[in-house]
Amino acid sequence: MRHTRAVPRVGPLVAGEESAEVLDVDALLDDPDRHVLVCCGSGGVGKTTTSAALALRAAERGRKVCVLTIDPARRLAQALGIERLDNTPRPVEGLETQSGGSLDAMMLDMKRTFDEVVQSQASPEKAAQILANPFYVAVSSSFAGTQEYMAMEKLGQLDAEARRTGRYDLIVVDTPPSRSALDFLDAPERLSSFLDGRFMRLLLAPAKGPARFMTAGVGLVTGAVTKIIGAQVLQDVKAFVAAFDTLFGGFRTRAQRTYELLQDPRTAFVVVAAPEPDALREAAYFVERLRAEQMPLAGLVVNRASPAPVESLSAGAATAAAERLRGEGDALAAGLLRLHADRVTLVARERRLTGRFATSHPDVPTAVLPALSTDVHDLAGLRRIGELLSSQRA
Amino acid sequence: MSATLFPDAQLHVVTGKGGTGKSTVAAALALALASRGQTVLLCEVEGRQGIAQIFDVAPLPYEERLLVRPQAGAGDVYALAIDPESALLEYLDMYYRLGRAGKALDRFGVVEFATTIAPGVRDVLLTGKVYEAANRNRRNKGARHYDAIVLDAPPTGRIAQFLNVNQELAGLAKVGPVKGQAEVVSTLLHSPRTAIHLVTVLEEMPVQETGDGIAELRDIGLPVGAVVVNLLRPQDLDATDREALAGGRADRDALAASLGAAGVEPTPELLDGLLEEGRHHAERRRLEDEQRAVVTGLGVPVVELPLLPGGVDMGGLYELAERLCEEGLG
Ligand SMILES: Nc1ncnc2c1ncn2[C@@H]1O[C@H](COP(=O)(O)OP(=O)(O)OP(=O)(O)O)[C@@H](O)[C@H]1O
Ligand SMILES: Nc1ncnc2c1ncn2[C@@H]1O[C@H](COP(=O)(O)OP(=O)(O)O)[C@@H](O)[C@H]1O
Ligand SMILES: [Mg+2]
Ligand SMILES: [Mg+2]
Repeated sequence: MRHTRAVPRVGPLVAGEESAEVLDVDALLDDPDRHVLVCCGSGGVGKTTTSAALALRAAERGRKVCVLTIDPARRLAQALGIERLDNTPRPVEGLETQSGGSLDAMMLDMKRTFDEVVQSQASPEKAAQILANPFYVAVSSSFAGTQEYMAMEKLGQLDAEARRTGRYDLIVVDTPPSRSALDFLDAPERLSSFLDGRFMRLLLAPAKGPARFMTAGVGLVTGAVTKIIGAQVLQDVKAFVAAFDTLFGGFRTRAQRTYELLQDPRTAFVVVAAPEPDALREAAYFVERLRAEQMPLAGLVVNRASPAPVESLSAGAATAAAERLRGEGDALAAGLLRLHADRVTLVARERRLTGRFATSHPDVPTAVLPALSTDVHDLAGLRRIGELLSSQRA
Repeated sequence: MSATLFPDAQLHVVTGKGGTGKSTVAAALALALASRGQTVLLCEVEGRQGIAQIFDVAPLPYEERLLVRPQAGAGDVYALAIDPESALLEYLDMYYRLGRAGKALDRFGVVEFATTIAPGVRDVLLTGKVYEAANRNRRNKGARHYDAIVLDAPPTGRIAQFLNVNQELAGLAKVGPVKGQAEVVSTLLHSPRTAIHLVTVLEEMPVQETGDGIAELRDIGLPVGAVVVNLLRPQDLDATDREALAGGRADRDALAASLGAAGVEPTPELLDGLLEEGRHHAERRRLEDEQRAVVTGLGVPVVELPLLPGGVDMGGLYELAERLCEEGLG
């Protein structure tokens, strides 16, 4: 129980903060029936850090883990030995392996993953044709959502491999730095329905069916498109669609399978947020969405919370005291008091925001992770994060 | 009022790593420019309704809306959310008077197609609308003239591609109206009428990304403006004190005496707490200083904004705007 004696309460919801259930991270990591952990949340909140820390802790507790990261900070990538983008998991060095666990890590290469899907689905000539198409190059490297889609594709591949060979019993996936946490759930559907979309069908129709499909309306439409983007693009698109046509079905099936994996009780989602309005709003949407899709939610990690200040001195009292010291010469005392006042205000705000989330989602187990005073870019840092995550007090 | 760093800039593009405060800085910059009497248009292009959230107003349509009319002597701030679909339909209507066919395009999913599949086309449409707003003049009687436009732009990782409209189209539309559009937009973006500001926080990843972004922009000849360092921690403690705190060598007895003198009972718990808070702060500041040195070395003007501990409300936004004015941005 926290002492809130001298701390100004900022509305009734502050109390709500303590009502959230605590996320039991070790129980989650040790559960032999969990084989996939997905860390999601909006950009910059610490998804990559959290996924790497969870993966390391699970491995050092004895599980055979693979972590799929998306865009790790350079120094973290170096520490994990994954600066090379070769799209294959590599063993992480420096692990404490007494408990028999292992940790492989990899960084996603989105274009290469896409290429590999095409190659696995089409005949060599056809694959070569597709890979060389300028339109394919555009889609595979810059279509909004390709990265999300390919992360899920890679997860599917790793999971299939794990089941086949037993090399891993836990896969931890980071998700792309989307602008919104939901992007990654929607991406496969968006891309496949786009590739499968109406206009694509329309472009394809003259090539496949009798010419009478070329109605006046269609002529008008393709005419306008030609005007906007030029005939050459349209030609490329047509060639691409024609070559890709047989693969559409395969894409849909694969997306469907990943979706089912995400709904499976083998999987658990960890939603990561910062104690800020936008990130918590995204987290709330995400929690509700997971529920609607019947996807298993393990809990919420509130990352980079400001460390709790000493509670016996309120912000107002600290500011007043700092004022009294003005000109007295003790800059250290005055500085610490002002710092303290800011910290109290900041933490009160963060608790209010987190408390609001807890009040509206009382059944979501939560762990609060303080902001460390340094970046997290080596195994020691990740271990520290793992410890903090598992030593949450109820 | 200090002199402004970018007297020729009419279009201020604000980019930065996600979550560092692009939208907040763009909004504050719009207020800062308006406070100098300019009529300002604040635009966003990512369909996120960030402006509406910051100013706590209803979602913005594809239509210029009066957002704030500050005190006397200051200019108005208008806001516009630009989405590629509306921009495309407006564009088609302007050049081809498509009417019914425009609707047909939408129905067949062509608009979605053209704007998603060819990111170059989408970006030309978005920047094209900004260009249009920047180039209204007296000849066009009905239209509102803006002294300044502030664009809450895509993040650093995508900014060069976003603004390099000509290049992006090169492989796609080699001729035709879109190509022509890209050329005039490109001329504006490459001129001193534009200034591209990058928002960052003093942490390793964002600073690195800022450096990479600046190099990329310079490479393609786009005019880099200022680096805005946001969310700066309080600068209360001097270097000597910070060093002492980080090393656990701060004078505890002196602190106790000063607290007592200031009317605060120096309990052991309070002393420990304050010293620990100070140590944490000192360590973060040390990292900040390392990163500040990197930022200073980038060779562009640096503007610093404080972290507002209570969050950013309208009052906070004006506070940030004032700081921007003092530092010569806006
Ligand atoms: N100087 C500041 N002091 C305190 N809080 C700030 C400051 N600047 C920004 N913030 C807060 O940080 C959060 C992120 O800011 P903002 O939305 O402007 O970032 P952004 O870069 O536009 O993010 P995105 O990449 O998601 O578009 C917001 O909650 C905002 O209120
Ligand atoms: N609890 C924390 N304390 C200190 N630094 C952190 C913490 N969590 C994340 N960071 C730092 O924040 C930065 C962004 O984290 P990252 O995990 O890459 O975010 P995301 O993957 O969500 O974009 C990294 O430099 C990381 O070291
Ligand atoms: Mg990441
Ligand atoms: Mg924004």
